[in-house]
Amino acid sequence: MAGDNLVHVTDGDFESKVLKADKPVLVDFWAAWCGPCKAIGPTVEELAEEYLGQLTVAKMDVDGNPQTPGKYGIRAIPTLMLFKGGQVADQITGAVAKSQIVEAIKKVI
Amino acid sequence: MPDTPLDLIIIGGGPAGLTAGLYASRARLQTRLLEQISPGGQVLTTDWVDNYPGFPEGVSGFELVDRMRRQCERFGLEIVSEEVTSVGRAGNLIRVVLTEKDLLAKTLIIASGAQPVKLGVPGEMDLTGRGVSYCATCDGPFYRDLEVGVVGGGDTAVEEALFLTRFASKVHLFHRRDQLRATGILREKILSEPKVTVHWSTVLTGVWPNEQGLVSALTYKDLKTGDETRLPLSGVFFFVGQKPITDYLGDFVALDQAGFVKTDLELATSQPGVWAAGDVRVKRLRQISTAVGDGATAAFNAEKYIEDKF
Repeated sequence: MAGDNLVHVTDGDFESKVLKADKPVLVDFWAAWCGPCKAIGPTVEELAEEYLGQLTVAKMDVDGNPQTPGKYGIRAIPTLMLFKGGQVADQITGAVAKSQIVEAIKKVI
Repeated sequence: MPDTPLDLIIIGGGPAGLTAGLYASRARLQTRLLEQISPGGQVLTTDWVDNYPGFPEGVSGFELVDRMRRQCERFGLEIVSEEVTSVGRAGNLIRVVLTEKDLLAKTLIIASGAQPVKLGVPGEMDLTGRGVSYCATCDGPFYRDLEVGVVGGGDTAVEEALFLTRFASKVHLFHRRDQLRATGILREKILSEPKVTVHWSTVLTGVWPNEQGLVSALTYKDLKTGDETRLPLSGVFFFVGQKPITDYLGDFVALDQAGFVKTDLELATSQPGVWAAGDVRVKRLRQISTAVGDGATAAFNAEKYIEDKF
């Protein structure tokens, strides 16, 4: 289990858990209706475990949390966003291979 | 060093690869299915499947491939998340190169599928994920009460345009011909859908952002008059065809000009011990129902090849 390294965030706690986090955060914007989101889910959860201590992985269900995706102009899911120091460091749209996500993570940790 | 050779490696976990895996597992071939992300393939981007037999009410794309995966696992198919970087020969074996190791197998089934073609109009690439989309089931709900465009005239374009009417206030369908290629029942549905306007004989010339960097308009040209029109809208969905995922193959097997794998009637490629199944190969009809038949044929032929040659 990834434990604390995999968190579920909402519009309400996005600021405290993502923007004000002391470690970089990978946010997975997803929804139950989205097949590719389900496909990429296990990979994202693996990454939470592999980068334990270096990176927090946060999942946000866009269904029920419209403000944050709206703020960041997200109109496609899955979207993975990397935050560092409250700023967007990188963004990946669509279900991509793990190596592409790892490459982006390596730039921020 | 690679381990003892497998009987069969399957590259790709869509319906073709999973069906090949099902038949191979039941034939008791030692098989490994390699999938880049997780099983499903392009079906995952399909909201609802109404043309796969056995589901009289239809079935969701995710549910269908999830059932296929579970069925394979019941017979012991090993499905692993790996990226293939290249494929080559190692004597009478096939060498499959992954990011961190190599695998050897007696036979190979290429079922890596296809992905949506990019039209290549200005703005399309930059605005992907910011109003440009290739997956209506993923992104449609972001366009509640907004106007969207759909580009294409085949089954996928028409199905997805119909799906988008659930959310969008208006759907504009752009097609370069003056009639749709989509099958009869879909043509009937789209032409009687009040939320859809079909812009016949038109081509997109650009997708344009607002100051927030989100799609706010597109421009299109009427092929008959040459007039160019700007249309404000919030999203554009492209369904203009598919390109094969075959870059990793290099010149290992013969491909056609578009990069699809050439096969014979038994789905054999130009390389002994290697078959291709599903959307990745040269064929006219790319459907779930045709992919599963390919998968079964390829696995059967791999089994017979192993019996003969090893």
